[in-house]
Amino acid sequence: MTTDVSIALTDAEQGSSLWHDAWIRLSKNKMAVGGGAILLTFIVVALLTPWIAPYSYEAQNLDLGASPPSAAHWLGTDIFGRDVLTQIMYGGRVSLAVGFIATGVALIIGVSWGAVAGYVGGRVDAVMMRLVDILYALPFMIFIVLLMVVFGRNVLLLFLAIGAVEWLTMARIMRSQVQSLRQQEFVEAAVSLGLSPVTIIRRHVVPNALGPIIVYTTLTIPSVMLLEAFLSFLGLGIQPPQTSWGLLISYGAETMEEYPWLLIFPGLALTITLFSLNFLGDGLRDALDVRGSKD
Amino acid sequence: MSLLRVDNLSVSFHTRNGSHQAVKDVSFTVKPREITAIIGESGSGKSVSCYAMLGLVPSPPGRIDSGTALFEGADLLALSERELRAIRGRDIAMIFQDPMTCLNPFMTIGQQLIEPLQLHKGLSKKEAKERAIELLDEVGIRSPADTFDSYPHEFSGGMRQRVMIAMALINEPKLLIADEPTTALDVTIQAQILRLIADLQKNRDIGVLFISHDLAVVADIANQIIVMEQGVMVEQGSPDAIFNHAQHPYTQKLLAAIPSGQREAARVDPDPLIKVSGLKTWFYPSNAKDPVKAVDDVSLEINRGEVLGLVGESGSGKSTLGRSLLRLAPITGGSVTFDGTDVTALEGSALKEFRRRMQMIFQDPFASLNPRMTVYDTLAEPLLLHKICDRKNLDATIATLMDDVGLARAFIRKYPHEFSGGQRQRIAIGRALATKPEFIVADEPVSALDVTIQAQILELLASLGREHGLTMLFVSHDMAVIRQIADRVMVMYQGKLVEQGTAQAVFENPKQAYTQALLASIPGATASAI
Amino acid sequence: MLRFMLIRILQALPVIFVVITATFFLVRSAPGGPFDQEKVVIPEVKKALEAQYKLDLPLHEQYFAYLSDLAQGDLGPSFKYPGRSVNEILFSGLPVTAELGLYALLIALCIGVSAGVFASLRPNTAQDYVPMSLAMIGICMPSFLLGPLLVLVFGIWLDWLPITGWGDIPGDKILPSITLGSAYAAYIARLSRAGMLEILSQDYIRTARAKGLPEWQVVTRHALRGGLIPVIAFLGPAFAGLLAGSFVVETIFQIPGLGRFYVQAAFNRDYTMILGTTVFLSTLIVFFNLVSDITAAWLNPRLRAQFKGGSQ
Repeated sequence: MTTDVSIALTDAEQGSSLWHDAWIRLSKNKMAVGGGAILLTFIVVALLTPWIAPYSYEAQNLDLGASPPSAAHWLGTDIFGRDVLTQIMYGGRVSLAVGFIATGVALIIGVSWGAVAGYVGGRVDAVMMRLVDILYALPFMIFIVLLMVVFGRNVLLLFLAIGAVEWLTMARIMRSQVQSLRQQEFVEAAVSLGLSPVTIIRRHVVPNALGPIIVYTTLTIPSVMLLEAFLSFLGLGIQPPQTSWGLLISYGAETMEEYPWLLIFPGLALTITLFSLNFLGDGLRDALDVRGSKD
Repeated sequence: MSLLRVDNLSVSFHTRNGSHQAVKDVSFTVKPREITAIIGESGSGKSVSCYAMLGLVPSPPGRIDSGTALFEGADLLALSERELRAIRGRDIAMIFQDPMTCLNPFMTIGQQLIEPLQLHKGLSKKEAKERAIELLDEVGIRSPADTFDSYPHEFSGGMRQRVMIAMALINEPKLLIADEPTTALDVTIQAQILRLIADLQKNRDIGVLFISHDLAVVADIANQIIVMEQGVMVEQGSPDAIFNHAQHPYTQKLLAAIPSGQREAARVDPDPLIKVSGLKTWFYPSNAKDPVKAVDDVSLEINRGEVLGLVGESGSGKSTLGRSLLRLAPITGGSVTFDGTDVTALEGSALKEFRRRMQMIFQDPFASLNPRMTVYDTLAEPLLLHKICDRKNLDATIATLMDDVGLARAFIRKYPHEFSGGQRQRIAIGRALATKPEFIVADEPVSALDVTIQAQILELLASLGREHGLTMLFVSHDMAVIRQIADRVMVMYQGKLVEQGTAQAVFENPKQAYTQALLASIPGATASAI
Repeated sequence: MLRFMLIRILQALPVIFVVITATFFLVRSAPGGPFDQEKVVIPEVKKALEAQYKLDLPLHEQYFAYLSDLAQGDLGPSFKYPGRSVNEILFSGLPVTAELGLYALLIALCIGVSAGVFASLRPNTAQDYVPMSLAMIGICMPSFLLGPLLVLVFGIWLDWLPITGWGDIPGDKILPSITLGSAYAAYIARLSRAGMLEILSQDYIRTARAKGLPEWQVVTRHALRGGLIPVIAFLGPAFAGLLAGSFVVETIFQIPGLGRFYVQAAFNRDYTMILGTTVFLSTLIVFFNLVSDITAAWLNPRLRAQFKGGSQ
């Protein structure tokens, strides 16, 4: 009896899921793969920095002073004789951490907010989204500057403040996703099968809303890193003794006339990271076939 | 003497994912003062061949591999883009399928109408406007002078198609190419537009190339019919030859797929499974004062084992009614009784059991399946949820379901996007049958499918219904389909039931004027009489 | 349309109110009074100063006093520059920042729109890839990096252009405007490309081609209006971004504009100045958001009709 209906499948009959298809499309996109590889390298380096950095973070060499790239110091040294590569590696830890953590904050708040508003709908949705609209209209850039001025330059506060700005768009995207999915016939079919709302969200809504969320997350990280660098450049973000790429660029800009490598190398590190993230995000957008609109 | 003579036209598309021959070696002629129809299903190359002649196939990816298209002595395919532009919109004009998207929403219809006149004839704005208003009047737009400055969104679909027609005819072209001009329209509107095109063609002595997927639509108006299948022209002839002496098996298949005939009414005892009384489904949009009365005070009964056909045009509330019965749309008044139980207030496990007993088949087989679940998962979900079978027999039960709906078992791990529309609809039917329901609402289950597939799915639904003793509410805008499958028929108009009766009574002896109008609009009425 | 404008304006008012209130209490709750940094302040002097700035009143009274001053357009005196009011300082910086912003926006629009439209006409060819790669560089090259680099290359190494000031030496406006505008040029290029691609794939573009219109007329008459609506809608947020960008650019190029005053006020803990500038800039941003929203809606006939004087 069971032999009659056993479902043994050859490889050719194995279906290919949308995720699998997207993965294949992505792996064909050289820019996206390159971006992903560079990003992965940077992340690994950032994680291992305390062990692999060529010099210690505090080590100064005042006798040496600022020196151009050499065999001992690949990217040169700053005016205190500190190794620029080491500085960039430690700065990268902070910059990447801000990027990922603040985006994580935005992701958690935004996705849950948007999912609830979109699925519950009606008056709850109207109130929740009106709040988002009002917050959206607030000039947040100025507010973050203000926060940093008032409460001092605190890294934790920076994470929260940036995350608090970025969740708004995330909530809008998630809501519009959930809303349009809710009207899809396959969700209606799930309702008519008698599935519970929780199961419907878990099995039918979330997996289908994931694509745009992944794409937007990838594109939020660079904008968060930019915001951090922007604040640090103005002296309102990361404070010494900690450092970040924005801060290094700011120092580099002060002395660029004499020591241009102090500006160019941190700038390069930031730009390459932003490039990688944006190319990866664009590649994901194409691979997952996400339309550009946000509402 | 031919107006347009196409020889050995071949068009192919080349993308990163491979090449595809869309049109293979097609030859045909269009005579002046005649309507030539090209018939084919999706992917048959019927539109591509016409667009190719006018240089409207985007290149890349499209490429014209060979062929000539002689129009008034000039080979369209050899003309430069500039020379071709001088012909487009002046000597050859086009109308398209979806009038909702074919007019520029950012320009008034007046601006769009006079554009071809200014471009090709160099008329002044004032002269062009006078001419445009004349023509708007001719195609049946009321108070054309006032509507000249309106935007497209202020018109209904049928009116927009009239504007499109006026725009195409404004330069008195010699050839009009009409690409599925009535497919997006309701039947009654479709009949009006078809008549308009036929009249204009006669009055103006122009040649018309009419592209359609529907043989019945062109039956009344065409002088010559060309049948295409997968890029190849398979048959060509007069309507009489095509309808009565079709040579090619594909043409015969197309003819057989035209829904026709009438189902022998099942002898069902009046034993209502579902009783609906005074059902109201009203929606309250936030920006309008008055509620939208999608379903307004409808009472009906559906007997065990019968197929009830529900007919209506878009906006008649027929789909909403079906959804309300299943508690998928809110019920704002009245009652629905299913097998003796009032379902309007069911909650929790009682509602779940009720959902098991009633299922739905949706219109769009591309939207009704979760794209991230395999066929196996889609079918397993209802089986496990309602404990129809345990995990031990799951594979066996799913395999049986696949057999029932005519899908190869080897497809079981595939995802919806790997299937064609007809196959997807089979999966959806399998999912609905999985819960062993007693009642099924089929909401336009075949209207998104090609005609030959449509016939197969209708056949499948009818035989499954008999096998499983299903009661069915079959919702459709297509009278011919309803006639083929339904025992009893109801007609809905603006949220209300206007007529009901046995299929025979409604089709042969309609009482209401609206039903009569609907029946008169069925295309191909004369063709079946040939 | 009138109703739409009215609704949007009514929605904007609470936003401005929230900004004022939040800013006021944030600034007032900042640790340390404004005069704490001064090393030797005689208690009597401090008291007099506090009375002058109404700091001796209870917080809510300070708030209402501030609101009533604000209603008369008075942003109060500056802490750090006694004798100068916030209004005076703001209005001395405003023309400079406005000019800088205007040039940057013009650069962004001209370069961005033409590059985006140009790229959209032949997608996935060199004509698309080249400008879009440049746009990507623009997005990944923030103003605080691009500015110093431009200064380094054109100001110091090549010595072609002046590197500080505004309107003092001919040509000193070029580098700041480019620095501020380039990122927005890049965004606008991407937006207009996406918008145009969307519109160019619409059915009514095929209708226009079927009429025999030449391609440039298809683009200018039929595609451009719809394709650029996203750009118009972006101008509001872009304006906010330009203002924030002016903080950096004015600092780099030492331009006496609003942005530089704001950053200086932040470092000097000049609270009335921060408060005043925040309120002023926020109102400006909300206003420009409003204008760009209304313009974008007005360009869409369907939306325009929807709100036509209270009809359905």
